[in-house]
Amino acid sequence: MKAVKGDWVRIHKIILSSAQRAPQVPEDTKQVPLEMWDKGFLVNSSAVVGDEVEVETIIGRRLTGDMIEINPQFDHAWGNCIPEILQIGRQVRSILAEEAE
Amino acid sequence: MSAAGYSELMARRAEIMKSAVQIDYDQFESGSIAFDFEGMMEKVGYSLEEIKEIQESTGVGNTPLYELKNLTALCRKTAEKGKGARIFLKDEAANPSGSFKARRAAVSVYHAKKLGYKGVIAATSGNYGAAVASQAAMLGLKCIIVQECYDSEHKGQPEIIEKARKCEAYGAEVVQLSVGPELFFSFLQLLEETGYFNASLYTPFGIAGVETLGYELSAQMKEKIGRNPDAVVVTTAGGGNVTGTARGLIKADALETEVIGASVDLKGLHMASDGQFNLKSFTTGHTGFGIPFATNPDRSDVPRSAGRPLRYMDRYVTVHQGEVFYMTEALAQIEGLERGPAGNVSLAAAFSIAREMNKDQVIVVQETEYTGAGKHIQPQLSFARENGIEIRFGNPEEEIPGKSIILPEDPSMIRAVDLDLDKIRLSYIRNCLASLGNEEEATEEDIHYMAEECRIGTDKVKKMIDSLEGR
Repeated sequence: MKAVKGDWVRIHKIILSSAQRAPQVPEDTKQVPLEMWDKGFLVNSSAVVGDEVEVETIIGRRLTGDMIEINPQFDHAWGNCIPEILQIGRQVRSILAEEAE
Repeated sequence: MSAAGYSELMARRAEIMKSAVQIDYDQFESGSIAFDFEGMMEKVGYSLEEIKEIQESTGVGNTPLYELKNLTALCRKTAEKGKGARIFLKDEAANPSGSFKARRAAVSVYHAKKLGYKGVIAATSGNYGAAVASQAAMLGLKCIIVQECYDSEHKGQPEIIEKARKCEAYGAEVVQLSVGPELFFSFLQLLEETGYFNASLYTPFGIAGVETLGYELSAQMKEKIGRNPDAVVVTTAGGGNVTGTARGLIKADALETEVIGASVDLKGLHMASDGQFNLKSFTTGHTGFGIPFATNPDRSDVPRSAGRPLRYMDRYVTVHQGEVFYMTEALAQIEGLERGPAGNVSLAAAFSIAREMNKDQVIVVQETEYTGAGKHIQPQLSFARENGIEIRFGNPEEEIPGKSIILPEDPSMIRAVDLDLDKIRLSYIRNCLASLGNEEEATEEDIHYMAEECRIGTDKVKKMIDSLEGR
């Protein structure tokens, strides 16, 4: 999909490579780079996902990175049903009801 | 970024911070361990009256205080005869950004505006980001929030992603990073690039902003029961909440009120580990922050943290993740208050501690936070289950952080576990001494200071120093 100048996009960038990580980080963290994600309006005339682009963020800051998403969405939700949760209300209500008897 | 670029920037740290907070911390330093904490709070902070005005101008504070009658009744069912204190709750979710953090942000953002800054930056994955963004929106300042958000597989806790959404809703730019302490490096880069104010969680402005919470709490309790509460439970992470609340209580003359810190037990999980990042089901209010900040408060993003929990805690307890999730659901079901889990750490602790107290005593849960998609027990437990964490009813004592979340089979099993404050004090003293050269001795002034920091006598500090081998 193609984005054009002014489109709202999400970018990704490596801030520190694995070799540049701070000495105090644990081994598993040292194996991976420090990555960054941000969002902004596309400054380039056009781009496709994967291109290195420049964006202007919501507060007007300019930065570059690889475009990974156009009109980025939030995908967090209420999650899947956890049936155990349903038992808690039943239990505490029944304990309180016992007291009333 | 070259390795040289990294170290060059880190070398400019003090200079960048100075222009980003405009506090000359040197004026409070004595040259060794001791520093003038009260002097810092007085000289660069604001008075309680000024803070009240600042907060009222953006609708912060004056939050309601409820008596949790049904939870008290439930607690008494699990307690010995004559036991079971009345439980009250200060509803901080009623603040504009949905948590007590609005109190901290209100003062920092006001101060930034007063000094003529164009924008504010805060490094936080939590409610504080939303609070700074909300206050910045009200005062017309730009805002950047830097957040530790994803692991190397680009997987993030629903709770953290929800907080990013909330910050963006208030017009802030959210810089999201993968796991690691180098977040501080990106933070410094941004401060240098933008020239914005560092709305740090740990400046005197932020901590003084919480004092109104303790002060209001005392006034509201006097109105309701004619006296101060016997105990207040405060969720403890970086230490600012307990410090500010306790200082507010002291200013209200609530000197007999016991201040109890509470954290979720996340023992064994490394905070900077990419692999363990998403095995935690709590992103704040846990021992991964609580213990390091209590034993070394100055590990924050300013030279001296104004949050100094050991000065104010009478007692420090931990609770399990499953107990907090259980109490969060119970709060919704029998008190009609659906609130986010992180703020309910202190509720779970209070439910247990109330059971030790007499019926005529009163305990206050000092905080709640907003809830919603991502920031609710269901998505958090759902995420945990997807990550292979076992979730079941049972004995919470069997819970292993990162492996299981055990919901109490019965509310009588909710048990706050006391931490040994002397052990924490000893670690604090060890850290203080480590800041001196190997040959250097702590001065009398240093010993007095450590005694104040730990709320113990100088004799005990000296004994603790002697007990530390290898010095």
